[in-house]
Amino acid sequence: MMKTDFRKEPLYIAVLAGLLCLAFFLPSWMRFLLQTALAGGLVSLGVVVQMRAGLVNFGQGLYYCLGGYAVGMLAVKLGITETVILLPAAVIVAVIAGGTLGLLLSRYREIFYAMLSLAVSMILYGLLVKAASLGSTDGFNVPPLSLFGWTPDRAIHGDVNYIVTVVLVVLACIATARYLMSGAGMLCEAVAENEIRLQYLGASPRRVVFISIVVAAALSGLGGGLYAMSINHVDPLMTNWTTSGGFVFVALLAGRGSTIAPVLGFFLLELVRTVALDVAPNAWQLILGLVMLAVILLLPDGLWSLISRRAKS
Amino acid sequence: MLKFVAIMLDGLNYAAWLFLVAVGLTLIYGVMRILNIAHGAFYAIGAYACASALGIYYTLGLPGALAFVAMGVVALVVGVVLGLVMERGVLRFLYGKDEVLMVLVTYALFLILEDGVKLIWGVESYFVWQPYAHFGYLEIGGLPYQVYDLAMVVLAIVLGVGLWLWLVKSRMGRMTTAVVADREISAAMGINVTRIFATTFAIGTAFAVVGGVVTAPKIAVTPGIGVEVIILAFAVVVIGGLGSIPGAALGALMAGYARALCVHLAPEYELFAIYAVMAIVLAIRPHGLFARTSGRKI
Repeated sequence: MMKTDFRKEPLYIAVLAGLLCLAFFLPSWMRFLLQTALAGGLVSLGVVVQMRAGLVNFGQGLYYCLGGYAVGMLAVKLGITETVILLPAAVIVAVIAGGTLGLLLSRYREIFYAMLSLAVSMILYGLLVKAASLGSTDGFNVPPLSLFGWTPDRAIHGDVNYIVTVVLVVLACIATARYLMSGAGMLCEAVAENEIRLQYLGASPRRVVFISIVVAAALSGLGGGLYAMSINHVDPLMTNWTTSGGFVFVALLAGRGSTIAPVLGFFLLELVRTVALDVAPNAWQLILGLVMLAVILLLPDGLWSLISRRAKS
Repeated sequence: MLKFVAIMLDGLNYAAWLFLVAVGLTLIYGVMRILNIAHGAFYAIGAYACASALGIYYTLGLPGALAFVAMGVVALVVGVVLGLVMERGVLRFLYGKDEVLMVLVTYALFLILEDGVKLIWGVESYFVWQPYAHFGYLEIGGLPYQVYDLAMVVLAIVLGVGLWLWLVKSRMGRMTTAVVADREISAAMGINVTRIFATTFAIGTAFAVVGGVVTAPKIAVTPGIGVEVIILAFAVVVIGGLGSIPGAALGALMAGYARALCVHLAPEYELFAIYAVMAIVLAIRPHGLFARTSGRKI
């Protein structure tokens, strides 16, 4: 397995922050795409966090959906439209779900971990599709949110949302990098390498895995909340397996090298999807599938290997 | 009483269908360690091929009873050709890669095939109800029941037993079992592993296509039928234990009856009954009911 080195991480995150500031001047459709992709990128980052422990979560959309629905339901049912309350609420809901499921999931490894997490996310999908009061398959609309009691004008609301998203995504990347450099984060790689040796050394693999599940849940819940805030709509597709498949795809291709790789990778995936949908509305999945196959065949170590390889040579 | 009979028959019928779509998946995973998401697309292609072939068949005015022979031929030809094209054309270049990466490869294939289906057959629905109505009804415990559905149960049993006998009794089948146990040693003993892989993948694909072919007369064949199937088949296979054929049969029965119970007693929970069964089974037996044991590596 590739040994990972996070000493350059602050530099990479600074690069990300710089890029996102420059992106402020992109055409508005592309900046909006970037904004929603950043939310999804956090979920992919959550998948990467678990992947470092050798676990692939094929149901990460569960927490994404919970975060989104938490924001939506609090806003619609209770009339709370304050970003400062709603986004932490999304994270808390996801963390509670992750903490509960983590007790069960931390016993599982390999394909069984993937399948069980998939099953749980599909149970939520089934429930939401049946819930007529939540709009079934259509989902429901979320009202525009305020920031510290201030509701921006329509004209600048998009700008404000973008700034909030960028600030939170950069902070989330910093927090994740700190976690990955901490003891619990470093031990993830040991779990992937050899659990039994790790046990002999006196560490608990289950605890390490549990923590990574909770961290990933928090990231994904925040992603879901940001998504609901950005597009003002949530629907059950957020927890469907096809959505989770996209997160895993990006996570695998981004590799485990850096926290910013999955965030940027998800934007590239969304860009390919949007362009394909524009070029060939009836065959966009075909184009997406071909791009995925090509990337897997030509860049087996992920897109990040292009950067880390250059850094080495 | 009528409800009880209905649950028993519906459960059996649904289990037969689940078994047909899931057994190919478990066979391919067991031998090749590929969790094949494209399986759902194979099922959809089977359904479309059946709808097209029967459409031509009936416009030619040929006898209704022989339509079933045509269905069999379609299933066999499409299944084997499709399986070999996928295995020889794409998958063989990727053997030895990580299991999870292979899941994504088949996911990409699934996306490509889904749109391929739309490009070939368009987005409108196809109906071929004639084979379904051909046998009429049979009264069981006071409940009229489609004979076609009962015939599907028989077909599932025959194909399942046939596959199991092939694996246990035939020379090729036993070589396949050896490859499952240890790929490298069996290659060293002179088994042509490449051929075993190609054959297994073709058989597994043929099962998915059969599932699609026999389902086509019962449903409106529309885009998107493959997506639902794959996730159900996953659940069935995981309940039984990945790679186990008796496991797939038991998993199909459990999932089939769970759904039948829900449909008749608590219809609002129908959609996730199967996943609930899967989650419960995995919580108790983490690797499924018929999982192979593996040693601890230090």
